[in-house]
Amino acid sequence: MPDGRSTYDSSTREPTRMPLIKNGILVEDHFETIADDAPFPTNGSIVSLARFHKDRETLLARNALLGVRLKSGESPEALGEDVLRLSVIVLEFPKFRDGRAFSWARMLRTRLGFTGEIRAVGHFLYDQLAFMHRVGIDAFEVPENITLPEFHRALGEMTDVYQPSADGRKTIRQLRAGA
Amino acid sequence: MYRYDEFDARFVKERVAQFRYQVERRLSGELTEDEFKPLRLMNGLYLQLHAYMLRIAVPYGTLSARQLRMLAHIARKYDKGYGHFTTRQNIQFNWPKLVDVPDILDDLATVEMHALQTSGNCIRNVTADHFAGAAADEIEDPRPIAEIIRQWSSLHPEFSYLPRKFKIAVGGAAHDRAALKFHDVAVEIVKNDAGETGYRVYAGGGMGRTPYVGHVVGDFVAKTDILAFLEAVMRVYNQSGRRDNIYKARIKILVNALGPEEMRRQVEREFAEIKTGGTLEVPAEEIARITDYFAPPKFEPLSDASPEFEAARNADANFRAWSDINLSTHRAPGYSIVTISLKPIGGVPGDASHEQLDALADLMDQFGIAEIRVSHEQNLVLPHVRKKDLPAIHTRLAELGLATANAGLVTDIIACPGLDYCDLANARSIPIAQRLSERFADLKRQRDIGELKIKISGCINACGHHHAGHIGILGVDKKGVEFYQLQLGGSGAEDASIGEILGPGFGEHEIVDAVERVVDTYLEKREGSERFLDTVRRLGLEPFKERAYAGWAFHI
Amino acid sequence: MASLPQILTANRLRDGDVVYWRGGSWVTSLADAEVFPDDPSAEAVLKAADAFVKGREVVNPYLFDVRIAAGEIKPVKEREIIRAAGPTVRPDLGKQSLGKWAYDV
Repeated sequence: MPDGRSTYDSSTREPTRMPLIKNGILVEDHFETIADDAPFPTNGSIVSLARFHKDRETLLARNALLGVRLKSGESPEALGEDVLRLSVIVLEFPKFRDGRAFSWARMLRTRLGFTGEIRAVGHFLYDQLAFMHRVGIDAFEVPENITLPEFHRALGEMTDVYQPSADGRKTIRQLRAGA
Repeated sequence: MYRYDEFDARFVKERVAQFRYQVERRLSGELTEDEFKPLRLMNGLYLQLHAYMLRIAVPYGTLSARQLRMLAHIARKYDKGYGHFTTRQNIQFNWPKLVDVPDILDDLATVEMHALQTSGNCIRNVTADHFAGAAADEIEDPRPIAEIIRQWSSLHPEFSYLPRKFKIAVGGAAHDRAALKFHDVAVEIVKNDAGETGYRVYAGGGMGRTPYVGHVVGDFVAKTDILAFLEAVMRVYNQSGRRDNIYKARIKILVNALGPEEMRRQVEREFAEIKTGGTLEVPAEEIARITDYFAPPKFEPLSDASPEFEAARNADANFRAWSDINLSTHRAPGYSIVTISLKPIGGVPGDASHEQLDALADLMDQFGIAEIRVSHEQNLVLPHVRKKDLPAIHTRLAELGLATANAGLVTDIIACPGLDYCDLANARSIPIAQRLSERFADLKRQRDIGELKIKISGCINACGHHHAGHIGILGVDKKGVEFYQLQLGGSGAEDASIGEILGPGFGEHEIVDAVERVVDTYLEKREGSERFLDTVRRLGLEPFKERAYAGWAFHI
Repeated sequence: MASLPQILTANRLRDGDVVYWRGGSWVTSLADAEVFPDDPSAEAVLKAADAFVKGREVVNPYLFDVRIAAGEIKPVKEREIIRAAGPTVRPDLGKQSLGKWAYDV
């Protein structure tokens, strides 16, 4: 698997996964991330961008939920108008220092009008969760040390924000003006 | 100057709590050093050669007396009694303990200060002209927009994990005192033909391993649009800046790779889209509201001719010299801008003791001076001083060792901390500054030489801004021995240029002589009232090279 | 080619102070540091230092070369000479001021 964090044991088809927090609660993952050469499962699948381009017709014709997983260097623009036909877009954080996904998430929400799930996977820190949430990431594949209480703690550390982002939160300027 | 309201105060407090929790998690082992490092950098905390180093933000270089006193207190309580002012208008403490830093930040928060984003791959301290609000040639005070940019950039969710650091400067005068063109982004206040004020925006300037002068990416950005425009620049950079090589990760590399025209096109495309969303528009009322904070003090209706001032000049040669050299023209009659030199002959450039900081705060209170400024040239500035008060102020400064009459002269040297302090350095820079200062100490000689900006960096990271020095010196390590490369002809002003390397490096015991030979060459060959920089530009490097290396055995 | 003797150093996590390995623990003075005559012995303690990193006592342990002359330890690199003593421009600060190590380059 590209990120080395979630492992897929093909002999049992039972993936061992990290917990998924979505919209602030722990949820089951209804998607399977599948390798570029693996067959599609019957339920929702997440494919790489390369595979999406290659098998686009087939994938979009299937009566199953579909997601695409983007590497940190892959812009959502590469999905074109198909982005609105996807249920989930997975953004990889190969290293927590690689901050491109923050812009990809914001682009998905604001420019591309994507309302599906934006899921962060890979290596990111507790300290980035609030930022990730603000730019529009609503699902997080979290390591063990980020429990649900920790997740909420992170989001609550700063009461107010100075600048607008994809979350549409009121900024301090707006609050000052009594908006 | 800006005053925190409840929102700002809570923000800084919560930020300290955030950092405190990060330190806890580091000490408990939940965070590794690799994970903790970018987090502590975003709070200005480095691990240097001897100890940690904390860089405290001084937004656009403006401080109050109360804040000076707190810095003095921190120097005493948590450090070794002194601080160092930097080339980005900040202050550094060299000996804090990690476990004390949350308390230091709590103390700073009580005087509306912090260490937010003074390091790390995020938007850094927004710097501005240290003569803001006072200079006679000012179009408009750059600090209101600098404050607006500061707030917008504080814990920006999208731009806190950039490819590399990001430095923004704002200028508001014809003469560029903020080294705008060497910044990642610069915002220059300009007036269009209709007399409206707006911003010319530059991108892609920078020092470091590969210096560049910035390119214009926005000719005239309306005030209300500036944040939308900056957000566009940041987004293009965050998305496309290189992440494979830290030496090629600054925006200057991206601008150079794309070419300024393509950069401009991408920025404009993003800008247009952000504008339609409207969320980053800065309402005129907001600009006015912030501008009010920076209203200058009520200037007394004084005559520019001050009998006290003139009398002191006639009576005291030291005062006369200091007032000739360290004062700059104020826009209000009867007032002056004072440069307090932190470059005593043979001293460590840019350092101030806690006693000096406290005494300066007292001086400010005594003379009703509300603000003091930090210049990127590592000096301090009193922006609004009545001429009649200058003799008394000078006397006090002299008692404090702060009255060296050398602003802008050859001994007003900029030096990074170098190998004496810095983990990144290859060579020491401070002792070179000290030896040069001693060699050129004679004031008569200094005045004869005139304006000459020497800038020294101890490594390729160029924190001493040597590329922008009229004489730039770069310390390098050649097989374990300190060598110093000379560059000539750099400038950080509106005539920005990158200095050219003269030739092979000089040893530690040769460099001062070499600089002296270069200066002598200028004195011999200058025409009219040419400054050193002008002569270098007119003649090119050849005559200086010849003299600098005269007597060397091999052909240069 | 025989390698030079080496010393293991690190910075203390809590206060950033420069420390040197000696017999399974850390000392603050270069003069007291343990000198490793060859690569295998040096590499062994570098590995052993891992426990102190995990134990949150030190950060960034690394080895550096020294020369011994007349019984005195002298780092090869100027950086380590300065790191052992303190800033050369402030002899009143750092380890040199405690008489622990004198700068001498």
